[in-house]
Amino acid sequence: MTVQTELVNVAPSKLSVGEVSKRFRSKSGVVQALDRVSLDIAEGEFICLVGPSGCGKSTLLNIIAGLDTADEGSVLCDGTPVTGPGRERMVMFQEHALFPWLDVLSNVLFGLKLKPGLTRSERIDVARFYLKLVGLEKFQRSNIHELSGGMKQRVALARALAPNPRVLLMDEPFAALDALTREQLYGDIQRIWQERKKTIVFVTHNVREAVCLGDRVVLFSPHPGRIREDFKIDLPRPRDINSVDLAQHSAHITKALKNLLNTREDEVAE
Amino acid sequence: MKRFIYATAFFAVLIVTWEMLVRARVWSPIVLPSPSMVGEYLIAAVADGSLFEASVVTLKRLMLGYLFGIALGLPIGLITARFQVCKDTIGMLALGLQTLPSVCWVPLALLWFGQTESAMFFVVVMGTLWSVVIATETGVRTIPPIYARAARTMGSRGIHTWIHVMLPASLPFVVSGMKQGWAFAWRSLMAAEIYVTILTGFGLGHLLHYGRELHAMEQVTGVMLIIVMIGLLADKVMFSPWERFLHRRWGTQGK
Repeated sequence: MTVQTELVNVAPSKLSVGEVSKRFRSKSGVVQALDRVSLDIAEGEFICLVGPSGCGKSTLLNIIAGLDTADEGSVLCDGTPVTGPGRERMVMFQEHALFPWLDVLSNVLFGLKLKPGLTRSERIDVARFYLKLVGLEKFQRSNIHELSGGMKQRVALARALAPNPRVLLMDEPFAALDALTREQLYGDIQRIWQERKKTIVFVTHNVREAVCLGDRVVLFSPHPGRIREDFKIDLPRPRDINSVDLAQHSAHITKALKNLLNTREDEVAE
Repeated sequence: MKRFIYATAFFAVLIVTWEMLVRARVWSPIVLPSPSMVGEYLIAAVADGSLFEASVVTLKRLMLGYLFGIALGLPIGLITARFQVCKDTIGMLALGLQTLPSVCWVPLALLWFGQTESAMFFVVVMGTLWSVVIATETGVRTIPPIYARAARTMGSRGIHTWIHVMLPASLPFVVSGMKQGWAFAWRSLMAAEIYVTILTGFGLGHLLHYGRELHAMEQVTGVMLIIVMIGLLADKVMFSPWERFLHRRWGTQGK
């Protein structure tokens, strides 16, 4: 295998979540994190899962990643059931989860070393390619603690992209960043998604962020975690988070989210 | 540079004061010899090779036992961190034995092994082992779970995760445990050498012991000085590079 073939875009995966349920035991009893959730995600689709905390959206992401197992139901990735983590589905977490004992380049190399078929120098070329893609080729030898929050997430993105996955799973990756850095990353992630052709599942509690990034925005409600609504966003790309069109769309979805929370409280009141 | 000048000045003043106090007959040289007398002894002992020989014997014992203690302690620490049942059993044992001053192993070692190198080896291993076990276990238990999860998504499993994630992630703890183990091993070996006369090698502790027997205070002081030097040197050579690496990578404070 050569660097060129390694860097070729792989076909993005189709994901199919079928009737997935998940319960957690806590001190206050059993929590129904997910209740028979079904969701189809097309090849190369950018889908955002939105909802208040405790609605199970991160749990669903973990199940798709194979880090967690469903109590009932199944997740299919290109028709094959997901039974554990796999290189075709890479995850980006809210905390960057970069390894402090390795420098930037070695962090990106970590996943590549576990991928068979590449020589040492090829792996380094591949890692450099992705560091360049996220604009950090000058920071290869930096230590993790020397980077800003936004740069750390860029390295985490490069690390997730490096094994050339078909699916990218992102769990509130920008939640801990300042607004300006976040806006830059919205631009980057859209560009990279279009260049690298991935299926992206993006979890967030920020409706505007979801509308800015997603082809679809899926609304979750908590206790038990269920999908309530599914919005198609057909705004032209690249999208600007500050545009009026986008604001209108997100106002519409925010309203739906509020309604949903209110009706839920009514249900509880009854 | 400024720090170096301060340090040199400090020790120069210390030694000069000491020399002057002895020369002024504030106390008898039999109680505490002057630095120049200690110096004379050291020069003579270096010249006839006895000091070097004793240092080699002692350091060989120390390194052998210490490395063995680490080689044994690291895996035991990892296992106690991994399995709760090991934590409740071996972990408890390690904790208990670590609180035991390592010199307390000397009588036992004597009865088990007699006046042999094995007794020395045993004492040093016991001094090292438990500190390393406990530090490794603590280190692994304080690793944020996100590291292992991230590694799993990238295809790391089992042994690979332990070697490439858990071990390096717990390095700050492991290094401080190794340092503590070193200190315990060094102390216990000195105690053992002072208490136990063995024919297979004449270490620094023995030199110290016979200095006392012969009332050669300049020998006692000189050997103590060498023991301090070796301790300092070990710190600079063995641990400083690691600590510098950790501070640099983790971004923690350190000078």
